[in-house]
Amino acid sequence: MNRRLLSVLAAVALVAACESATEGTATTTGTGATSDAGSGVATVSTPSATPQQEFEQAVGQDRVFFDFDKYAVRVDAKPVLTRWADWMKRHPQYPIVLEGHADERGTREYNLALGEKRANAVKEFLATQGVSSGQVTTLSYGKERPAVPGSNESSWSQNRRSVAVVGGGPTS
Amino acid sequence: MRVMGIVIKGLALFILLMSLMTERAAAELVIDVTRGHAQPMPIAVTDLFGTAAQESRFGHDISRVVSADLERSGLFRPIDPKAFLQTPESLVMQPKFADWQVLNAQAMVSGRVIVQPDGRLRVEFLLWDVFAGEQLVGQALFTQAENWRRVAHMMADTIYSRLTGEEGYFDSRIVYVAESGPAIRRVKRLAIMDQDGENHRYLTDGSWLVLTPRFSPTVQEITYMSYFRNVPRVYLFNIETGRREVLGDFPGMTFAPRFSPDGHKVVMSMARQGNSEIYEMDLRTRAVRQITTHPAIDTSPSYSADGLRVTFNSDRSGTQQIYVMNADGSGVERISFGDGRYATPVWSPRGDLIAFTKFKGSRFYIGVMKPDGSGERQLAEGFLVESPTWAPNGRVLMFFRETPRNSSGRGGSVRLYSVDLTGYNERLVVTPQDASDPAWSPLLSPPAR
Repeated sequence: MNRRLLSVLAAVALVAACESATEGTATTTGTGATSDAGSGVATVSTPSATPQQEFEQAVGQDRVFFDFDKYAVRVDAKPVLTRWADWMKRHPQYPIVLEGHADERGTREYNLALGEKRANAVKEFLATQGVSSGQVTTLSYGKERPAVPGSNESSWSQNRRSVAVVGGGPTS
Repeated sequence: MRVMGIVIKGLALFILLMSLMTERAAAELVIDVTRGHAQPMPIAVTDLFGTAAQESRFGHDISRVVSADLERSGLFRPIDPKAFLQTPESLVMQPKFADWQVLNAQAMVSGRVIVQPDGRLRVEFLLWDVFAGEQLVGQALFTQAENWRRVAHMMADTIYSRLTGEEGYFDSRIVYVAESGPAIRRVKRLAIMDQDGENHRYLTDGSWLVLTPRFSPTVQEITYMSYFRNVPRVYLFNIETGRREVLGDFPGMTFAPRFSPDGHKVVMSMARQGNSEIYEMDLRTRAVRQITTHPAIDTSPSYSADGLRVTFNSDRSGTQQIYVMNADGSGVERISFGDGRYATPVWSPRGDLIAFTKFKGSRFYIGVMKPDGSGERQLAEGFLVESPTWAPNGRVLMFFRETPRNSSGRGGSVRLYSVDLTGYNERLVVTPQDASDPAWSPLLSPPAR
């Protein structure tokens, strides 16, 4: 009685044998790329500095911070973002990625959405200062890439942030 | 004698039900699964008898896996085999019930393993009611030798099902995110394993951040989120072929995917101009439909068991709360009203409950509530617990628990745990590395009825 079943099983076994390993199909470059990705272009003004370094030297800081579970641009961030806007308008050749981050005191998916809101809030503020929306893109990391590793309020306050990445890949 | 064969799709394995489960009306040997603190049922799982050394080794290994499955459920207390009086060999003839009654075993499992000329295993087992002196179940399962663990899990499912009246959940797998490296530069890989942690393997190599894998009801596929080439999008991944594909052509980040119960659709969030809305994609036509339209965050969608409703997470009231709506987006209704923030709603495969993550004060909780928001219960808590996923029978949940790091980033861990729906029997799920975002598969083969 099993003859037909056995032939079905043989076919199934053949299919199972075709199962392949899936390891390593992604390339290994890129995740940890730092801002020196654009060093070849930096000769435009300062030969030794990357666009990221140049930006940071000009504006003072590459990040602004947010209150817990909030995405509104804080009052203390506005002067910083105004300096960012001035620099970005003077350097329209550099694409800008605005990263949005959250602290670990939230759920993963919600924090991805919150990081997106934070990055977008910065983008909208920069637009009011005249930065072209075509120069700026947003990238949310949610709680996946803290800047500071501690599980305490001082770390969390530094991790609720938006970071401007100039001229290349992400820093985090 | 009625004989029935079942071919299990995708694996060379089938069952012959020799004598179908004998349904009895009186003197039921049944565990009430709704009582969390009930005494676990003492059960004797004997080594399946084998004549040849190889057969007897399979018999021993299979019985130990069955015993471990039953023990982990919290509903059974396997008796130490050292106490057994009757040998597996003599059991093949007839149980001496007095020998098992004296150990206070309420149920007993016996059987034998035969390696067939083609190398396949024939695994026969019997489940006995020791005090009634009656056979409750008799089954024979055939399999290729390398699938012996699945045979053991199917046996455990049959025993669990016969003695609790609930469907089993042991013949299932877990996909999750394996974590390594420092917190500020965490490496995350997809990994898959049997429900008991065996047959572990990695599905991605950690080059790109991956998050929130979820099983298709057809088992062979996973949907998850990847930062492949720094573009965060939802992907489909075929476990058997290793093939992956980005899902759709969305202008913004896609995340928080889940399959519909029929496996034909994926519901997910897409963020555009900062705002996250819920979309549904039909996997056959690739048609995309926007389901929510609201300036607040809408994410973490999960279908009801009948596919007609969707529960989701939104901060439209000011803080994160849980909502339900019809699958077309109409009839949005908030269901969470307790203290604190509510997140990650996941509808039970039975349809009767929604599991969630709750954040209140400085603690996180895993809980369940009815789909109308009533009957909220907490099942687990911690500094951070998140991401509940349902066992296929809707009786057990898995989640992850993260412990805090000190200011230099040391000391933290993130691990998977399972807990019974009653809130009892919390167990660490052993993984080779730190682990998060678990997703429980459906049963690998439909239950034998």
